[in-house]
Amino acid sequence: MDAATAGARTPLRAYLLEARYEFLRLLRTPSFSLPTLLFPALFYLLFGVLLGSHRGGHVAARYFLATYGVFGVMGVALFGFGASVALDREGGLLALKRALPMPPAAYLLAKTAMAMIFATAVSVLLAAIAAGLAGVSLSPWQWMALLATNVLGVLPFAAIGLWLGGIVGAQGAPAVINLIYLPMAFLSGLWVPLGMLPPTLASLAQLWPAYHLAAIALRIVGQDTGQPWGPHLAVLAIVTVAFGLLAWRRLARPA
Amino acid sequence: MDFPPTSQCEPARLRAVHKRHGVVTALAGLDLALAPGRLLALLGPNGAGKTTAIAILLGLQQPDGGEARVFGQAPGTAAVRRQIGVMLQRAGIPDALKVRELLDLTRSYYPAPRSVTDCVAMAGLGGLLERRYGQLSGGQQRRVQFALAICGRPRLLFLDEPTTGLDIEARHTLWKAIRELVAGGCAVLLTTHYLEEAEALADRVSVIDRGRVIAEGSVAEVRARVAQRRIRCLTALPAEIVAGWPQVRGVRQDGGRLEIVADLAEPVVRRLLAGDADLAELEVARAGLAEAFLGLTRQAREQEAA
Repeated sequence: MDAATAGARTPLRAYLLEARYEFLRLLRTPSFSLPTLLFPALFYLLFGVLLGSHRGGHVAARYFLATYGVFGVMGVALFGFGASVALDREGGLLALKRALPMPPAAYLLAKTAMAMIFATAVSVLLAAIAAGLAGVSLSPWQWMALLATNVLGVLPFAAIGLWLGGIVGAQGAPAVINLIYLPMAFLSGLWVPLGMLPPTLASLAQLWPAYHLAAIALRIVGQDTGQPWGPHLAVLAIVTVAFGLLAWRRLARPA
Repeated sequence: MDFPPTSQCEPARLRAVHKRHGVVTALAGLDLALAPGRLLALLGPNGAGKTTAIAILLGLQQPDGGEARVFGQAPGTAAVRRQIGVMLQRAGIPDALKVRELLDLTRSYYPAPRSVTDCVAMAGLGGLLERRYGQLSGGQQRRVQFALAICGRPRLLFLDEPTTGLDIEARHTLWKAIRELVAGGCAVLLTTHYLEEAEALADRVSVIDRGRVIAEGSVAEVRARVAQRRIRCLTALPAEIVAGWPQVRGVRQDGGRLEIVADLAEPVVRRLLAGDADLAELEVARAGLAEAFLGLTRQAREQEAA
């Protein structure tokens, strides 16, 4: 009877602490927190605001507000899941947590919450630069929708990161993640608009989830690609579920 | 479901458990049982199957054959995990978190955790609470891991080589805490390379080799299973000659000193004294757990080879 009532109790505190300490852990890891928080803002400042002000002005500042937001979200999710899961798996923390009475979903929920908080911070930094320095003005609805896109945009890249974390070793993880992260950012038009890429590369953009997330963000800031929402959302949902399942199969297998 | 109340169940049992990792047989019919308020020490060479046995009892690995039960249930269920504490060899604890935060988090998993003050006292963590885990010495990290293992008031505790890397004082602090836990009714499974640790703590000892038990009993019983004596003396008799005598199991020469391991001391001593009138510093001792354990492992291998 005792065991039954204890099992029914929701260990809310355990979930909250797990998320809080996962966040603190990564915040205190400068090799994670500095690049993921500062690179998107720094790149935006250089390429979107300073260089963009010569020609195009507001158009470039809006375009890159959307795409560097996606760039930031990718970094947070790919590294926050991929590198840390690889480390936890190799170091034995994952096994220890499984042996302990940690609530079953706490590990993944904590990492998701951590990534969403970092994604929020990246979005707020970019918004401050855009509104304060580049003179980008959006409606309150647009700002909120952009934030929501970035926060929810964590999910497909978290799934990819989780899958990578189950495959690569802790030493090799950052290199492997960068090999996926940086080319995908470039080929999805996050650094340079797709129209300026060679047509063959630009036509491949449909393959990358980052392109679809960027298309949604661009539509919100009024840089319409003329495509409907549905296919972009569908691709992101499929990526999330497919890589989530692959990761699940990989990580649920006993070590 | 008709489980008896868990308080009346045996804390942990393995029955004829088999486990293969690829082509390597890790466990070949291992039997093992833990009782409340008792400490079982699992001894054996590296690769004997100690860590695999613990992984199966934690539900981290599934046995290929045989049966594993923890408090009468399958290992690894939520209800079972709430009653256990774990100290693994590789813990991978995040370097960036402070000791207080780690304790806070692990305590939150359990229904009725021990107070932080008690954990600090039992594991000897005074003054370390605000330090980050990565800044601690290896011995201090091991003590933190012990605190995390006991913070949930477990009724069953797994300690996989808990005192590796600890200095003598820290080891004794941990031994004292382990004895308190056992006196309070906790069942403990301990693996160790330090045989004096097993001698100091264990109610029962299981010696395992290549995935099965080759000797089990109290420390005294296991030692008695190998009735060997160790004879030391200063003598001019050559080691090769002594090695050929009946009863002699092994001879080691160190300068003018011989160390002889024999099944029976008296006939060997008689021959030694008769053979060398100048023999000096004669010493005869019962083999310690270390020799007993090596002897048992070797016997088991010889029987298999024969």
